[in-house]
Amino acid sequence: MFAHLNVVATAVFVFFFALVSVLGFAAARWKAGDLAHIDEWGLGGRRFGRWITWFLLGGDLYTAYTVIAVPALVFGVGAFGFFAVPYTIIIYPFLYLTLPRLWAVSHKHGYMTAADFVLGRYSHKGLALAVAATGVLATMPYIALQLIGLEKVISALGFSGQGIMAHAPITIAFVILALFTYRSGLRAPAMIAFVKDAMIYIFVIAAIVIIPYELGGFAAIFEAAGKAFDARVAANPKLAAGLTLQPGQVGPYITLAVGSAMALFMYPHALTGTLAASSGRAIRFNMMTLPAYSVALGLIALLGLMAIAAGVKTATPQDAVPQLVLWAFPNWFAGFCFAAIALGALVPAAVMSIGAANTFTRNIWKPFIHPAMSPRQESVLAKVVSLLVKLGALVVIFVMPTRFALDLQLLGGVWMVQIFPAMILGLFTRWFSGPALLIGWAAGMIVGTALSWTGTAWSPLHALKWDIPLIGHFDLGLGFAAYNGLTAVLINFLVAAALSLALRSSAADQTSPADYDDRALA
Amino acid sequence: MKFLLLFVPCILALWVPLYNSVPPSLFGIPFFFWFQLVLVPVSALTILAADRIGRD
Repeated sequence: MFAHLNVVATAVFVFFFALVSVLGFAAARWKAGDLAHIDEWGLGGRRFGRWITWFLLGGDLYTAYTVIAVPALVFGVGAFGFFAVPYTIIIYPFLYLTLPRLWAVSHKHGYMTAADFVLGRYSHKGLALAVAATGVLATMPYIALQLIGLEKVISALGFSGQGIMAHAPITIAFVILALFTYRSGLRAPAMIAFVKDAMIYIFVIAAIVIIPYELGGFAAIFEAAGKAFDARVAANPKLAAGLTLQPGQVGPYITLAVGSAMALFMYPHALTGTLAASSGRAIRFNMMTLPAYSVALGLIALLGLMAIAAGVKTATPQDAVPQLVLWAFPNWFAGFCFAAIALGALVPAAVMSIGAANTFTRNIWKPFIHPAMSPRQESVLAKVVSLLVKLGALVVIFVMPTRFALDLQLLGGVWMVQIFPAMILGLFTRWFSGPALLIGWAAGMIVGTALSWTGTAWSPLHALKWDIPLIGHFDLGLGFAAYNGLTAVLINFLVAAALSLALRSSAADQTSPADYDDRALA
Repeated sequence: MKFLLLFVPCILALWVPLYNSVPPSLFGIPFFFWFQLVLVPVSALTILAADRIGRD
């Protein structure tokens, strides 16, 4: 079990892990509030200023799985894996126009979740339940993926257990995480995010300077990677890989970037980080400054090409970054980098479990099971649910193949974007009616899921031509494949718009136009 | 004007044929990669500019 353990790297790793565990528990006293109130436990009392929000959102959105999976895709196919960069470029201008409105209306009415807002706006319990259920469903596999990231770096430390011991390190890590999240709520990941983000930046800067130096410069790296892709394509002509996009990859590249950008802030953990901000100003500030993380992400993506140039051999592409780190750095710094990635799993996992717990408590349990809940009872239930959500993610990793968690996460994105019409259109207009949006959501969920099933496996992409039962063959004639989340949300939108014409709703609207102006609130 | 500014980086980022090539490379980095990396801080600056315009 410990025969191949990298002792120096492991010692550094354990040191940083212990440090943030102490921080996680101490965070309960930070900006002290009554943690028995759900607004304090689950949203940090909405007192996070611009810099805390920056670290929290950055730590929350740019996860360990990103650090592992994006370079893994670049390592595997080259340019296509870079779609994460245009995705993060288009997201902030869009969020600049929408998030301050969502923050303002949520601040005014005490909304904590997407479903809270949808219920207030449309007074439609079914639609709010759909929004809440989508969020909880999509978040569970996302947490499981963080565990996979954690497992990758722990195995790179040289730990190899058999049977039940194989999962011992991540179980210990997750129990610690679960305990400090239970105690400190959102304050814990917010405090740990400072350490995590600083470490990730040090890792990236060191990697982007030292590794090209060791490999003889960027020109040599790209030349080696280009040759490797050419050789792979020569061996397998069906493979689309290279230093630029192949013609068939352009459509998927654009639609994945757009669809992923639309989905990201529908996730409960993204909204939790946003609504914990103390002012609309803090949100606007972050839309201009969070792109710093996108630069880091782009540089991390290049690690995939560096791993090729370094001749790193891996069992799966997901080992590319850990193996490159071991190849390039002395053991103590490799331990530092692995700790950075591991913390990159803990911060999002904590916020995701809090976001899912808030959503489950307020939008599923309270309205349908126990309407008379007090904020105190809400806090107790949310804390317990945050434990259960993490337990669920652990079980997924233990008993199901990794492939299953990856597939679920992929479907999670396709599902998550289906609440986009209700949420984002709802920030600007009440023209759409609740029942129409609910039917649109259902249409989007069904179409998105059906498109993703290829008969043998799940895939995020589908050519824009379909064989529809009873109707026949249908071809848009565009000749490229598109991200299913985007195709499905377009159908969702069209259905909701068409039905809104027919199904007018006279349901109440808790909000008024002035509630959406964060500058007027300030 | 404000919306136009916010649209510019989005359109550039999604206009793939514009940058889907190896030359002109910069410090040995193909155009495809460095163009998108440079576009990230440019997008942040356009948001900053839009914010300045929108504040008054």
